[in-house]
Amino acid sequence: MGKKRLERLAIHLVLVAGGMLMVFPFLWMVSTSLKYPDEVFSYPPRWFPSKPNWGNYINAWNSAPFGRFFLNSVLTSGAVTLAQLVTCSTAAFAFARMRFPGREALFVAFLGTMMIPHQVTMIPNYIILSKLGWIDTYYALIVPFTAGAFGIFLLRQFFLTIPKELEDAATIDGCSYLRFLVSIMLPLSRPALSALALFTFMREWNSYTWPLIVTNSTNMRTLQVGLRFFISQEGGNLGHLLMAASMIATVPVLIVFFLAQEQLIEAMTATGLKG
Amino acid sequence: MRDRHALLHRKITVFGSTYRLEETLWSYILLMPSILVFSVFTFMPVIYSAWLSLHRWNLMDPTTAFVGISNYISTLGSPDFRQAFWNTLYYSLGTIPAGTVLALVIAILLNQKIGGLSFYRTVYFLPVVTSMVAVSAVWMWIYHPTYGPLNSLLDVLGLAPQKWLRDPKLAMACIIAMSIWKGLGYNIVIFLAGLQNIPAHLYEAAQVDGAGKWDCFRYVTLPMLSPTVLFILIMAVIGSFQVFTQVHVMTQGGPLGSTTVLVYYLYQKAFQRLEMGYASATAYILFICIFCLTIAQLKLSRKRVHYL
Repeated sequence: MGKKRLERLAIHLVLVAGGMLMVFPFLWMVSTSLKYPDEVFSYPPRWFPSKPNWGNYINAWNSAPFGRFFLNSVLTSGAVTLAQLVTCSTAAFAFARMRFPGREALFVAFLGTMMIPHQVTMIPNYIILSKLGWIDTYYALIVPFTAGAFGIFLLRQFFLTIPKELEDAATIDGCSYLRFLVSIMLPLSRPALSALALFTFMREWNSYTWPLIVTNSTNMRTLQVGLRFFISQEGGNLGHLLMAASMIATVPVLIVFFLAQEQLIEAMTATGLKG
Repeated sequence: MRDRHALLHRKITVFGSTYRLEETLWSYILLMPSILVFSVFTFMPVIYSAWLSLHRWNLMDPTTAFVGISNYISTLGSPDFRQAFWNTLYYSLGTIPAGTVLALVIAILLNQKIGGLSFYRTVYFLPVVTSMVAVSAVWMWIYHPTYGPLNSLLDVLGLAPQKWLRDPKLAMACIIAMSIWKGLGYNIVIFLAGLQNIPAHLYEAAQVDGAGKWDCFRYVTLPMLSPTVLFILIMAVIGSFQVFTQVHVMTQGGPLGSTTVLVYYLYQKAFQRLEMGYASATAYILFICIFCLTIAQLKLSRKRVHYL
């Protein structure tokens, strides 16, 4: 027994040490975000602020239009998530439950889009959007992402597990496809729908390259892009404000993560997809 | 009314299979939003991009000219592109083996039923969900030559301070270390799922045969986990060839081009110099690289991966 307990202790020690390395950057971010400027620039660096300076958060919030960035991120991530819930569930329903010519070919074509690196479509999409006059608008941030192969695949797999008898009963009752989807399939699929919503929201919230390319005015920047410009302007000087701003960009997703991590991790392992 | 009814209940035959007209119509109505979005923002752009890659096409210059494959040839011949390719390879080789082995070790430790699994998993997963930009900002501050904690650690250990991200020899290594930290939790979670799918009776049988810990790992865990390893490696290679955000935030490809990776090179060509034709050729070369590497991994692994 003694050997076993020693082994467990050793494993815990290794995992705790690794965990501290994982958490350290977060602690450093929190600690720096609460320091007074002279503490940020003291040498050697101070590990903790003498007393928390919450004013950094107010100063960071005011030193760039972070309110606007925040609003843009909430709006675009929210709109994309809502749109994907609608488009993915209708498409997944058709693929899972209906017979129509071209079903297999279309499904393969949709799934195939996951293999194309987005750098290939990025340039033509930029040109298409600039011809539409959509550059630097919400359309550019939202519309290209209102459908997604990942969501369709996820929901289709889930719909396939719902017993077919339900559908036969509903069809006999003269229930239309749309009504069957909305009143029976969707309520039964809440776990899959919320996984998709979480996943899409987090991916959009953290997305960077596309918003960077299609926005040019300060007012249209998302939180991530706004933070990046804040870093490049203030990078070497204002560590405490920089960390406070990074906290602002991080905390919403961390809250979502803590509320729903089981679901999120399950969806990731089931589908093997990363943000 | 009756006509409509009759029409909807008609059957149609396509390639020898019969379908109900009403069901077919409804299917396409339900699929329409996705078909539209995919057509305009994925299918069409893939073709448009191929067309662009065969042309001289500058956003600022209205004259377009067909140039054949010369964009591809000049990309492949460009010293900057070649450096970007080697930098990307350096990044892949730096992140993938270390990141995979570390994740496997931690996942195996977590799988020993020692308690606290969900706590540890949360801790290791935290960086995965955090935005790359915020994380880059924090690491820039950790790597800061004067005020960063890393150099003061070196100081305590009696070692000379480094310039980290500002040193052409170290900058890529710094980005690699940060990226391993960022992605580790994802690999751990995937490995854990793989480990939990290995039937316990295999270990019991091995133990009956007198197998030790190492034998169990070598002859049960590894073969049973090989599909997971393959999956992680394929995803990691695809991801590493697309690395961009941390480079754009932390180093802008510098110092002295030492962190200019392929996508950063492409970004500069397309969105700073607006040479969309040339950049499309670069994007296709990137696509071909990723595609070939994925196929190569699938082929090479065929003999080594065991499926249940």
